[in-house]
Amino acid sequence: MALNSGSGPLFSNPDCDVARERFGHKSKGMADKRRSVADAVRELIDDGDYLATGGFGGNRIATAVIHEIVRQKKQGLGLAGHTTTHDFQVLCSGNLTGRGQLLNRVDAAYIIGLEARGLSPHARRVMESGEVKICEWTNYTLALRFQAASMGVPFLPVRSVAGTDTFQHSAARAVECPFTGQLLTAVPALFPDVAAIHVHQADRYGNCRIRGTSVSDWFVARAAHKVIVTCEELVEEDVIREDPTSTVIPFYCVDAVCEVPGGSYPGNMPYAYFSDEEHLRAWLDAEREPGSHEEWLSRYLFEVDSFDEYLEKCGGRKRLQELRQEELLDV
Amino acid sequence: MPSCNAQELMICVAARLLEDNAMVVVGTGAPCAAAMLAQMTAAPGLTLMFEAGGVGPRLPRMPISVGDSRTFYQGLMATSMNDVMETCQRGLVDYTFLGGAQIDVYGNLNSTMIGEDYQQPRVRLPGSGGANDLGSLCRRILVLTPHDRRRFVERVDFVTTPGYLHGPGAREAAGLPRGTGPHKVVTNLAVLGFDQDSKRMCVEALHPEVSLEEVRANTGFELLVSPELSETPAPSDEELQILRERVDPQGYIIGRS
Repeated sequence: MALNSGSGPLFSNPDCDVARERFGHKSKGMADKRRSVADAVRELIDDGDYLATGGFGGNRIATAVIHEIVRQKKQGLGLAGHTTTHDFQVLCSGNLTGRGQLLNRVDAAYIIGLEARGLSPHARRVMESGEVKICEWTNYTLALRFQAASMGVPFLPVRSVAGTDTFQHSAARAVECPFTGQLLTAVPALFPDVAAIHVHQADRYGNCRIRGTSVSDWFVARAAHKVIVTCEELVEEDVIREDPTSTVIPFYCVDAVCEVPGGSYPGNMPYAYFSDEEHLRAWLDAEREPGSHEEWLSRYLFEVDSFDEYLEKCGGRKRLQELRQEELLDV
Repeated sequence: MPSCNAQELMICVAARLLEDNAMVVVGTGAPCAAAMLAQMTAAPGLTLMFEAGGVGPRLPRMPISVGDSRTFYQGLMATSMNDVMETCQRGLVDYTFLGGAQIDVYGNLNSTMIGEDYQQPRVRLPGSGGANDLGSLCRRILVLTPHDRRRFVERVDFVTTPGYLHGPGAREAAGLPRGTGPHKVVTNLAVLGFDQDSKRMCVEALHPEVSLEEVRANTGFELLVSPELSETPAPSDEELQILRERVDPQGYIIGRS
């Protein structure tokens, strides 16, 4: 019996020897990796790179890095559309707005939607225009592709996705288990060129702590060739050493550490602040017409120098304090 | 019978499907309300899980996202998506709630695109998210959905998440775990199951004051009818009181009265 293969495009090389070669060149010293978000994005993200965003769309996302990618008008990026919601919506601002083509290929598990908040009108325009190549996946199969990469193997087997159109439009392949003869689906390792992950605490070397769910970031951080970390709080190395059990991402995975308090805004940051639903609603509303969308982008992305300035425009410390009360159910 | 709206009825009916000491992966909205109601009535030992990694929360209020901090508020564990999905893959998880823009006669679900041509969709939707994984790996799929001809179609435009695919044996032949598949579809009109032999959707119970003709008129394929067709027991005063006062006091899901 011939085994099925998905017909979707494979956007990245799953060859683990090629990845080993690249990882072998990574700097392994405990160097001070602190820098500004603008510098990190300028130095570590090249046009054409394949990007993975950490967190869960509107929860614990590296908003500052995502804004900076759009502001610096990066071109031709690939993206792991793994539980992407608000982050995807923002990255789509670099497509069909007269600034070239920020995204040109997407591995899609979850894109365009903002869960119960509805679909992003602009992300829909971008994805329905045909200018971005797409390959279908699922949340778990994309997470598993990161897991394979984090393990340094070229694929992993899974028991979901088989038999569906999602499989047919993916780049997965049916395989037979060499031990049991069972039919499984093999998904190829995904080694992103660069990942952007927001964490609660990091030291200057990139040892990171995450509180709450890790989603797939344990794997994403290990799978990516370059990792930009933004953190709520920069801590001393001694703080990390007091409780090594809490370290989720070690320094040797990380290339840049940027201290960005409030850095998941307008997304939720567990134990720190809840999502700003009013702002997210207004963003979706602004996208309905290209004109109002452009005004919105000018105001919140292109006419601000930094994420701090964006936060100020959104109500600054006072707003974050309200969202903190919401998060702590103190309202 | 106490008066209630369609959403309240659907949530109460769905809650009764969850037995004590089961495990269920839920999304936001009505499924979450149903699982919370079950916990507060017949299934205090029900464990709720969320695909981003939240396990066993004491939900203080409705989550907005399946990854937000409510999903592990005073939880038993905040883990990874991989761990939650792999717990399903190991066979520990009994139920998942799913929905979609379209559902067909075999319970296949579409949340990827509407249109004839995949390359030129009329509407591009988010895609699988975790739905395909949960629908492949949990033992029983429960679907909560409004009932109309636009949604209930003979064949979905895109099979995002597997129901019984194209009929008996198709899931197993594709390699999906044995003994999995759609279990019940709860709509504003009826409770539907799947015929054991043909795996086609089958009306099992009509909601109070709903006729079989009305269900057929709102379904775009030929429906089987269970020989034991019954009437859905209306929500009790107790169920409605808990739902309104403790599960969704803000009326986010059930509407403000």
